[in-house]
Amino acid sequence: MKRFALVLLLLCAAALGDDADWVSRNGLFVVRYKAEIEPLTINTLHAWRLHLENAAGEAVPGASIQVSGGMPLHNHGLPTEPRITTELGGGDYRLDGLRFHMAGPWEITLSITAGSSTDTVVIALIL
Amino acid sequence: MALVASVCAAGWYYWPATPRPWTQSEVAVLQSLSLASLGPVPADPSNAVADDPRAAEFGHALFFDARLSANGGISCATCHQPIRRFSDGLPKGQAIGTSKRNTPSIVGTAYSPWLYWDGRRDSQWAQALSPLEDAKEHGSNRQQLVTLVVNDPGYRTRYRQLFDELPDLDDRQSVNRAFANIGKALAAYERLLVPGRSRFDDYVAALAAGDFAPQAEIFSADEIVGLQLFIGAANCTQCHNGPLLTNNEFHNTGVISFPGELPDKGRVVGVREVLANEFNCRGAYSDDATQSCAELDFVRSGQELTGAFRTPSLRNLENTAPFMHQGQIETLSEVLEHYNRAPLAMIGHNEAKPLKLRRSDLRQLEAFLLTLAAPIDADARWLQAPVSPLPAERDQH
Repeated sequence: MKRFALVLLLLCAAALGDDADWVSRNGLFVVRYKAEIEPLTINTLHAWRLHLENAAGEAVPGASIQVSGGMPLHNHGLPTEPRITTELGGGDYRLDGLRFHMAGPWEITLSITAGSSTDTVVIALIL
Repeated sequence: MALVASVCAAGWYYWPATPRPWTQSEVAVLQSLSLASLGPVPADPSNAVADDPRAAEFGHALFFDARLSANGGISCATCHQPIRRFSDGLPKGQAIGTSKRNTPSIVGTAYSPWLYWDGRRDSQWAQALSPLEDAKEHGSNRQQLVTLVVNDPGYRTRYRQLFDELPDLDDRQSVNRAFANIGKALAAYERLLVPGRSRFDDYVAALAAGDFAPQAEIFSADEIVGLQLFIGAANCTQCHNGPLLTNNEFHNTGVISFPGELPDKGRVVGVREVLANEFNCRGAYSDDATQSCAELDFVRSGQELTGAFRTPSLRNLENTAPFMHQGQIETLSEVLEHYNRAPLAMIGHNEAKPLKLRRSDLRQLEAFLLTLAAPIDADARWLQAPVSPLPAERDQH
């Protein structure tokens, strides 16, 4: 049942696509991402441009963002260690070093700290 | 009653399934696995002579030259035999001694960011150097090898054409650089060895074109069902994906060691080696002036990679037995049995889950896998030793 609910959640989330707003668990941040490759395919090392806002819709510069993720149904992590390499200004960040090596549901987890606020965003996608 | 039930159960277990129509999304998956989706060999900025035909000729000569060994009897082709798709048919490579692992094919490795079962090298040229100095393989050393190149008239001529100056044999840096150049010439040759079009690729082309009659001529019913299992219930494409049927990543699939041998730690050690290797993308002998070594920059390490090995390509399996990182499994049907059971790993955890496929499913899956057989897509002259030595020029003496 738990597995079914997870799949359903991932499918619903992924259906939103990469132009969706991804709200953090406690509602402190909103993230949007744009992959630099189109379409997003497996086995290709690439980067995302992240845009980070607070709950009031204001861009958040200067945040610390830790990246993790994997395939929850397969119980394994990412094949690479992606990280934020550049802050691009206006609440935008370059997340580099992503690669997805299997088709199926994936999660990218962003642990965000800005000032005294810390929260986590889980982005679901299906390759 | 019990007899009837037993007969029915046996029938279910052994009776082969029949093909069902393909869906559009399945055809898209099949196209992603076809050679038609494979682009040109990717550039290697760390190797300035990677695509120089003169370097390929040089590498070709070096590849088949047994003088590149301590006993004068071992060449690259001793283990990487063209007739066996550049592998050797043995569980572990046999050269001066016995290698630690199974000899992998080098066909198509120009597409992989990682070389070796554990990915301990990050380019074909860095990989090519390692066996030359391995005491159990060629057993030679860089001083001896560079001296050979300097003293052989044909090699010396070609070396100067490609790299301008001959090395100073008394200078360690100069010898190291010339040693790296030997690897770069070998890699220029190996880049020419790419897989050819198989019956599977013909089938996908016919399927995508909607040519139903040719499809039936190309694949049998068993092969079609096997392919449907391959991209479906057998979960093969989780790792064996893309046109080379490999994601070039590292997975623990619970393959046990030979009796009496300790488990092989695989990638968890390989990643440390590649980061420390003097011939890696970031090293002084790389030609990549930008040092844009993204694969190294974002490489994953950690215990999750314990017992994990690089996914091998499935193209032309029939010439690459025995299988797995130490050649532990002799036949393809036994490999499929292994994945059907998915036993516990000796170290780390087996990512694969038991498939619980029927006997007839495994037979059909094997029938499909054999359709991936195809000759190497390279001129015949590259698939044998050079017929004549490289020409020497008088003014090079």
